[in-house]
Amino acid sequence: MSDIYVNGKLEGTCDNPKKWVEHIREQRRVGNIPKEVNIAYDEEQDIVLINSEKGRSRRPLIVVKNGKSLLTKELYEKLEKGEISFNDLIKQGVVEYLDAEEEENTLIALNEAQLTPKHTHLELSPAVIFGSKASMVPFPEHNLSVRVMIGAKTMKQGIGVYASNYLLRMDTDANILHYPQRPIVNTYIYDVMDYDSHPVGQNIVIAVMSWHGYNMEDAIILNKSSVERGMYRSTFFRPYSAEELRYPGGQVDSIEIPNKEVKGYRTEKVYKHLEEDGIIYPEAIVNSGDVLIGKTSPPRFLTSLEEFKMGVEERRETSSSVRFKEKGVVDSVLLTESEAGNKLVIVRVRDQRIPELGDKFSSRHGQKGVVGLLVPERDLPFTSKGVIPDIIFSPHSIPSRMTIGQLLEIIGGKVGAMSGKFVDASPFNAETEEDLRKQLLELGFREDGTEIMYDGKTGRQYKARIFIGNSFYLKLKHMVANKIHSRSRGPIQLLTRQPTEGRSKEGGLRLGEMENHCFVAHGASLILKERFDSDKTKIPVCKKCGSVAIYNKFRKKGTCLICGDNAEIGFIEMSYAFKLLLDELKSLCIYPKLNLKDKM
Amino acid sequence: MNAECGVPQIIINEINKKYSGAKAKKVLEEINKKYEKAKITPGEAIGVVAAQSLGEPGTQMTLNTKHFAGVAEMGVTLGLPRLIEIFDAKREPSTPTMTIYLKDKYKDDEDAVKKIAAKILEIKFEDIMENITVNLLDFRLEAQVSLESLENYALTLDDVEKALKNVFDEEDVKVYKKGLIKLSPKKEIDVADLYKLKARLKEVHIRGIKGITHVLPIKKQHGWIIQTAGTNLKKVLLMEDVDATRTRCNNIFEIASVLGIEAARNAIIREIILTLKDQGLNVNLRHIMLIADTMTIEGVVKGVTRYGISKKQESVLARASFEVPLKHLFNAATKKEKDNLKGVIENIMINQTIPIGTGIVKLVVDDAKRTKKKGE
Repeated sequence: MSDIYVNGKLEGTCDNPKKWVEHIREQRRVGNIPKEVNIAYDEEQDIVLINSEKGRSRRPLIVVKNGKSLLTKELYEKLEKGEISFNDLIKQGVVEYLDAEEEENTLIALNEAQLTPKHTHLELSPAVIFGSKASMVPFPEHNLSVRVMIGAKTMKQGIGVYASNYLLRMDTDANILHYPQRPIVNTYIYDVMDYDSHPVGQNIVIAVMSWHGYNMEDAIILNKSSVERGMYRSTFFRPYSAEELRYPGGQVDSIEIPNKEVKGYRTEKVYKHLEEDGIIYPEAIVNSGDVLIGKTSPPRFLTSLEEFKMGVEERRETSSSVRFKEKGVVDSVLLTESEAGNKLVIVRVRDQRIPELGDKFSSRHGQKGVVGLLVPERDLPFTSKGVIPDIIFSPHSIPSRMTIGQLLEIIGGKVGAMSGKFVDASPFNAETEEDLRKQLLELGFREDGTEIMYDGKTGRQYKARIFIGNSFYLKLKHMVANKIHSRSRGPIQLLTRQPTEGRSKEGGLRLGEMENHCFVAHGASLILKERFDSDKTKIPVCKKCGSVAIYNKFRKKGTCLICGDNAEIGFIEMSYAFKLLLDELKSLCIYPKLNLKDKM
Repeated sequence: MNAECGVPQIIINEINKKYSGAKAKKVLEEINKKYEKAKITPGEAIGVVAAQSLGEPGTQMTLNTKHFAGVAEMGVTLGLPRLIEIFDAKREPSTPTMTIYLKDKYKDDEDAVKKIAAKILEIKFEDIMENITVNLLDFRLEAQVSLESLENYALTLDDVEKALKNVFDEEDVKVYKKGLIKLSPKKEIDVADLYKLKARLKEVHIRGIKGITHVLPIKKQHGWIIQTAGTNLKKVLLMEDVDATRTRCNNIFEIASVLGIEAARNAIIREIILTLKDQGLNVNLRHIMLIADTMTIEGVVKGVTRYGISKKQESVLARASFEVPLKHLFNAATKKEKDNLKGVIENIMINQTIPIGTGIVKLVVDDAKRTKKKGE
């Protein structure tokens, strides 16, 4: 006796669950029960689960009976001719959609050759073992599985045209690639998912060789002249917004050019671009710190002191300005209303990003790297036909990662570029290596893709033949311009007097606990002291009671809060954080007494 | 020579016994050179270096590994969990085990080894019984002994009877031929006590050494050994057939109580080396020795925890900086503790030179001499 659950509710029982479940399935295939119903028998719990609700992910499979696929040759031919559609197959019960629970009752063959009488279903194509992203990797079956996954992951970070209405949108951190292309070597999924409306990356000429060591450790060398011609140029958009908020008590923010009397007024210079309404105009060239939207807010606290000021409101400066270390051109200004009905201003700043040293690039095989050098075209190697690579890629990235698919892509790209066609590299269904080699030979190249090349600096022929071809490369969204950071002096925190944290606040780089251990292990006592003295202070201490005292510089007199005036004071140097610790101890009702002794 | 020589007197005597004259001097010189070379520079941060030397390989260790020794399977905790167990000085290892070496005459005698192994294995009443029923009508326990398992363990009903009678002197024990045992209390007790009696009956020790739940004779290159699950070092070492000089145990606390603290120190070192070696890691012995010394220097095994060796730190601030600061600060305040600010951690906190490496040297300029030299 097994319980039957319909959409999670106990609805009844049945005696022979296996047979019954099979019967229901049969009825579904015939069409007596809706196709959306999935039924599964959980042997372990001895329950039957029927689901018909929305929100289950389901996938199509070909039904198999007695080891024979129901999608016969005739049906397949009809499908190819267009006499029947995929939906007809579903109606006929040849293809059915299964959910996760019903999938547990199946044995699915990957291809027709694997079929045995035990199998219940057949995949539509072996390529479905890849998801939509992994299917974008060309020749995936020639790569290590992890490399396909890394490739799929890095493709998500590629800069392209993410949406064709990008000019109307106000996405945070949007990047748009100039002149995006369709890859020469592509897979079936590029057609399925309408790649042409949101492309990423460009087809470039790639040479696999080392070049003066500037492409070691996964770095790549870019052709500077190609970059100057517009290769991998992109635009970075960042919206800044300001809202006229309403506060309890009837006070409101106001978007305006802040008055000089306003608390926290910055320099006049940063407001120079603002127009009368307090908002910047489009196409203004702005730099870090320039105000985009001027705004003032009412005071945060109403203190008794301010009441005497006879109604002179002391408003605060709350303008939004260009982020630290960013620059650009005001792209568009949007004036609208927020959900609460307040005035809302959004200013979008655009900045052109030309590939530079340190920008991240990747092929579609998880071979990501950073630009190590930009070389003018005249210095780069060239082939006997005068072709100069756009990217020089290190051969050391290949053996350990075994991305053979990438090598095939380069050959395929070469074939495609020279013959003017797209090359299919769909999983398990690609043009074969032999085919590509043959075509390359017919095009007048060496079949292995190598060519004799010459040193661009000396004109001498290289002793080795260089593997060169066309490949699809992506510019990834991680660009140095967004990440570069250094500090020697800078802002400190109020509480601890230690440097601030993070790039946006011009923060310091923390010398962590483990780094500290290293200095100790090396016995570098004085270096350690120096590295940690960012918050050092001289503190007056009462010699009698050992607590922190007050020293009056003008009267040259010390006052101790415990011992009173004219206390004997000693100055000791310590980190401000330790003084803070002493204060915190006092707040715990612990009296930390400092016993002063003269230095020997 | 002897005066400035750092070599202990005992060794010098030893050398003098073996060599004489110029030869002895040369040997001593050579030994002294090596001895001086092995000494560590004053101010070297040996503690931090030891911690780093063990911490770094720790990051490479695979978590939760169980080791199975060849065909004969016996799961032993290894890898990082075992290492943590040792450093934390856990009172009982999660898999206590002993490696029993036998006297040389049993080296290749498989049957004898198996017999000894059977002798070591602890057999409780619950291992040989089929069932126990509480007979409330006659107010007694009735247990059925499995004759089959008796035969397997080479036991007789008489042995069982003897063992039971040893334990239960306030109860009547009757053993019947087919393995039925009746246990009826002589005094009047209530039902709850009868159930307690049932639990006691199950735990009755019939034969073997207490605490040893599994035995496994294994043939190694140098002959047969017995691997056990469960430890009882004291009893095993007292056995006649056991080679007490080689028999080992992985329970450090048990070693400390049976063989003393020096043995425990050696056990710590050996266990750490073995776990590291199993993972293909190699750490210099001296780092491990330093840790083992620190853990055992007080005469009892102390873990590298806030209850163990960290508790003994002199400085309040140093203790407070390692786990539960408030507790340490309040305790220190109530005891009016004084921090001399002599340690490394405290001096980092107050931003002073730490007394390690270059910071350990204190130079004082003799002003009088300096001016005198300038005047010359």
